[in-house]
Amino acid sequence: MILYFLSLVLFVMGLYCLIAKKNIVKKIIGIVITEYSINLFLVLVGYRRGGIAPIMLKGMTPQEMVNHSVDPLPQALVLTSIVIGLGVLALMVALCLRIYEKYKTFDMSEINKLKG
Amino acid sequence: MQGLYPLFTAIPLAAAFLNLLVTKVSKRFADFFAFIVTLVLAVMAVRMLFEPAFVYKVGGWLPPWGILLVSDGLSSLMLVVINVISFLVIIFSTKYMTTYTAKPKYYALFLLMIAGMNGVVITGDMFNLYVFLEIASIASYALVGFGCEKEELEASFKYLILGGVASTAVLFGIAFLYSVTGTLNMPDMAMRLEEIGMTRLTAFVIALFLMGFGLKASSVPFHAWLPDAHPSAPAPISAMLSGVLIKALGVYAIMRIMFNVIGQYVLVAHIVMFLGALSMVVAGLLAIGQSDFKRMLAYSSISQIGYVMIGIGLALNPEMPAAVAALGLVGGLFHLVNHAVFKSLLFLCSGAVEYRTGTRDLGKLGGLIRKMPVTGVTCSIGSLSIAGIPPFNGFVSKLIIFIALFKGGYVIYGTIAVAVGFITLYYFVKLQREVLFGAIPEALAKVREAPFAMTLPLVILAILCVAMGAGYTLVDNHLLQAAKDALLDKMGYINLLMGG
Repeated sequence: MILYFLSLVLFVMGLYCLIAKKNIVKKIIGIVITEYSINLFLVLVGYRRGGIAPIMLKGMTPQEMVNHSVDPLPQALVLTSIVIGLGVLALMVALCLRIYEKYKTFDMSEINKLKG
Repeated sequence: MQGLYPLFTAIPLAAAFLNLLVTKVSKRFADFFAFIVTLVLAVMAVRMLFEPAFVYKVGGWLPPWGILLVSDGLSSLMLVVINVISFLVIIFSTKYMTTYTAKPKYYALFLLMIAGMNGVVITGDMFNLYVFLEIASIASYALVGFGCEKEELEASFKYLILGGVASTAVLFGIAFLYSVTGTLNMPDMAMRLEEIGMTRLTAFVIALFLMGFGLKASSVPFHAWLPDAHPSAPAPISAMLSGVLIKALGVYAIMRIMFNVIGQYVLVAHIVMFLGALSMVVAGLLAIGQSDFKRMLAYSSISQIGYVMIGIGLALNPEMPAAVAALGLVGGLFHLVNHAVFKSLLFLCSGAVEYRTGTRDLGKLGGLIRKMPVTGVTCSIGSLSIAGIPPFNGFVSKLIIFIALFKGGYVIYGTIAVAVGFITLYYFVKLQREVLFGAIPEALAKVREAPFAMTLPLVILAILCVAMGAGYTLVDNHLLQAAKDALLDKMGYINLLMGG
């Protein structure tokens, strides 16, 4: 149970970083932290203490495997979500570089041509 | 036709990357290629209207293990809206985007966005929905920043950060739902949630989804990115974002999940209605003070989405009499379709004006209806429709929402909705007075009509505005009723799993 809460704490930390930090690189790090907290949470959903890998070994009935293995589906989901996260991260960094080229700063309070 | 259902995402997805390869050989091919692809998609979407509800099992895997693609009234309605509008926008882009460099890349991102939106609309699998949501979002972040100027980059970054938070919230919600139901299949999940009932966890998941999808739909407390992002994007993209994207990713997802998966709860209905009313009023008042053509339209998008949400919220309330709920839902859905038509029309008009005059500042424009008659007249029709003047389509959908609200006993919300109707009228009259009528500034004395590729989609959309208002019963019988039945019939959605 405590692990679930820790992943929530990580999520909130990422959110704090996103809101409180002025530097856009730190904001990007904040987004990445929130994404990882969700990934951890997803893996935890499928985790089982002392579980085995979800592979059918010789001499194992399907029921036996289901009873002992961890849930494989969240692992597949986490892989997908990591790849998506990578795509978003690449775009964020590219944008960040372009912003630096134009504004010569990473400080969000100086990047204020637009008003909400 | 049923076997072709996955092609709605497969075609644009493949075309997006093929486009980049082909244009290495010939640059001129890019326009033609995107045109053909979107034309095929639009024709397929219209054909889809004549199919009964069915389920497509991807790879032949049986549900609830495999991924399902569901086609029902609502999906068909959204597919038509997405694909027809994107076809018209592509025609517009062929000319407009010549002012930008890297046109093939623009088409690639555009097609990627269509693939994502079509995927969100046709899927019957929770995680699949998230993946397609992200595909569409990432493409739209890049498209908002396409101009690579100071404003565009800042708007894109802001949109990206807020969109990223929204996506994490959605994924969190999906993870929670998976942990209680042990399935990702939406009909299956609906069945198991029915057994579990409303728990504290379901309430938390609803909150996460309202935040995540509400951010994508930009309802008011989550709207900060939209007034920056939509004006900064190139005009055809603004039309796609305001006209289609916020509905496919935001409103559609809220509708599908709240009606068909989680089920109707009074509290959720009240929250959705409150968000709708808040969006209407706040964004409507903010729109009045704007001096930028596209910025005013962007605020008006938030305000009009409020109408859609208030109609949906009314129907979400399980204590509502069936007739009133159905009326509210039909009004909401019709306004959704109408808004897609006239808001893309208006954004494309702003694009045509900007293409010829080089400015979006309302103070510097004027008298354009004499210089650009086609753009002017269509822009006028769009403004009158959105302001709810009879006989245009906006009048009918707003009237249905008003009637539903008063019949449902929500006198205060009804009064607010009527008042916001007047506010809308006020700022669109202001828009018309400053852009279309009055004296022509000297700088604009030599302005000519926009090219044919740009006026054609405007004329088609303007005709749609008039036709959908006049032929309301036709639209109602053939499109809206099926979508409404699909939403209100949760058991039918669950049964798709068994019967399909």
